[in-house]
Amino acid sequence: MAWTRKILRVDLNNGTCTAEALNMAWAKDYLGQRGLATKYLSEEVDPKCDALGPDNKLIMTTGPLTGTMASTGGRYSVVTKSPLTGLVACSNSGGFIGAEMKNAGWDMIIFEGKSAQPVYLYVENDTAELRPADDLWGKSVWEADELLHKKHQDPLLRVACIGRAAEQGCLYSAVVNDLHRAAGRSGVGTVMASKNLKAVAIRGTKGVGNIRDPQGFMAAVNAGKQVLADNAVTGQGLPTYGTQVLMNVINGIGAMPTRNMREVQFDGASKISGEAMHEPRKSDGKPNLTTNAGCFGCTIACGRISTVDRGHFSVENKPEYWGNSGGLEYEAAWALGSDTGVDDLDAITYVNFLCNEDGMDPISFGATVAAAMELFQEGAITTEHTGGIDLSFDRADTLVKLAELTAKGEGFGKDIGLGSKRLCEKYGRPELSMTVKSQEFPAYDPRGIQGMGLAYATSNRGACHLRGYTVASEVLGIPVKTDPLATEGKAELVKAFQDATAAVDSSGLCVFTTFAWSMENIAPQVDAACDGDWSVDKMLEVGERIWNLERDFNMRAGMTADQDTLPKRLLKDAATVGPAKGRVNDLDKMLPEYYALRGWTADGQITPETRTRFRL
Amino acid sequence: MRIRLELYASLMGYLPAGSDRHASTCDLPDGSTAHVLLDRYGVPRDKAHLVLRNGVFLHQEQRDAQPLADGDVIAVWPPVAGG
Repeated sequence: MAWTRKILRVDLNNGTCTAEALNMAWAKDYLGQRGLATKYLSEEVDPKCDALGPDNKLIMTTGPLTGTMASTGGRYSVVTKSPLTGLVACSNSGGFIGAEMKNAGWDMIIFEGKSAQPVYLYVENDTAELRPADDLWGKSVWEADELLHKKHQDPLLRVACIGRAAEQGCLYSAVVNDLHRAAGRSGVGTVMASKNLKAVAIRGTKGVGNIRDPQGFMAAVNAGKQVLADNAVTGQGLPTYGTQVLMNVINGIGAMPTRNMREVQFDGASKISGEAMHEPRKSDGKPNLTTNAGCFGCTIACGRISTVDRGHFSVENKPEYWGNSGGLEYEAAWALGSDTGVDDLDAITYVNFLCNEDGMDPISFGATVAAAMELFQEGAITTEHTGGIDLSFDRADTLVKLAELTAKGEGFGKDIGLGSKRLCEKYGRPELSMTVKSQEFPAYDPRGIQGMGLAYATSNRGACHLRGYTVASEVLGIPVKTDPLATEGKAELVKAFQDATAAVDSSGLCVFTTFAWSMENIAPQVDAACDGDWSVDKMLEVGERIWNLERDFNMRAGMTADQDTLPKRLLKDAATVGPAKGRVNDLDKMLPEYYALRGWTADGQITPETRTRFRL
Repeated sequence: MRIRLELYASLMGYLPAGSDRHASTCDLPDGSTAHVLLDRYGVPRDKAHLVLRNGVFLHQEQRDAQPLADGDVIAVWPPVAGG
């Protein structure tokens, strides 16, 4: 089984919590987590609904391997309609709350309606109830987490929470769990705030014992763990340097989006890299990085725990930020650093703390600041708009100030909370927004990594690296090296990554395992845990079905295929330095082949045959 | 010819004392390849997963066969990944 076969349905209108059976027919088609919750969303929510209205639903969901002995089996996702993109949102997080939810006996929690007053959900195994959260509203994630632990007198309570950014309507607000982990992208926290739901606090002690073939499962799990341990990336590289090791790599190949993606290399990259996080500071001799950290059940442990130099201007006289806290991952370091031109490691670490403290997606926040900086440089935004703040590129003090304002929804921070697209539209320069389908880009310039251009353009949640990470192949040689500047074969590569990722995201496992694992390592673990056939082919079929379901939801929400594109800057303005010098992204050479491989029409519509094939 | 070698992540330990954060410069005979350069610094070939010549990936066979040119930058990483 592995599924608990139980859903908790929380009606926020009436304040009720009801248990119901998981739809096992759907589970056999969509596995769990991302796929299965998207199926529920697709069936229960009108895709055209107001994302911040009571008709939208918010689903917290685990996979069948969440909470088991499988390595990295601690993942959970938050699925809803996004207020940032107007499309399906699925944001995945690690930490411990996913496993706790499963150990409490729930596969999924569906929130519907809107509470009249601020509330939080308290779950202790089979018992679930909504409780008043008036004392939590207006508090940061960290404050609310502490208050909940004191209130319940339970150090093992796990909390997922929104911060002040979400309450203030920041459109890329995250749901933060376990203080430093986040369902970060697409504004899932903003939806939670719109329902007056401040937090979910869970204690589960039941265990996950419902494994179909326990002996076979442990054999598959142990074999998988050995592969992770023996692999140089998952066994050594990620624990030591984290994802931040990519800073110098991506800069080296000339695919580092810099200063709102105007440039493709950042001269300050080495100062904010994973290696730099290991270097002792001159002031106190301590490095930025204190230690690595692992999520539930993880044998990789890529997480970063860091400190900021106590003498740094950002934390001067703020002792509450002097301790260890969640450190920089590559995407955050890029968005807060290279994309704004800031090469001050302490400043971007502090801003990353603030993103955790008040629940902001650091990618969208940094990219929106970068857009604001270009608008300022172009004269579209002036100090009259900003309340006197100089928004010049490269200014660490500006980045810090904007983070403090946006976290609380104050002053010009309100505008930064709009996200890049709405900000650029407001100030009359929509072409300066570096977004796809209203979501900000992550840290790979598609002029230097051609396949990522197609992955971004076709991603079902807007610009995103985690929907099809062809960087693995095009740059890192995993599983095989392909030429990042070539377009041939990239349509097939993108589709393969998208489908496989959708399956992994539905299992309860972390996608970072795929730096070492193929589906040949993953399918046996799922198969031993779950009823039914979970062969490699079945997993890939499920992944492709999920991709089509997400596409179908988006089309019904009003998305059109002409949104499968990139900003003109990336299609028209060639890179000026590095190996990609002279290149734009050649999306038009890849997109038609991609549509054909997907079984879609030449204008991007899902064909009746494809619908039949996947039972959509 | 003068070549700049950049070593990253766990390979940084192969840089000579006194190098800056990632780089060292050396003179090599004309016609030298990336592998000759790595041997000069004692970098094990099997640990050199990503080898970029002026930002462009060198495949295994190119590391033995492709002569470097004066002013080249060779950047090397062990197996790494992120996301």
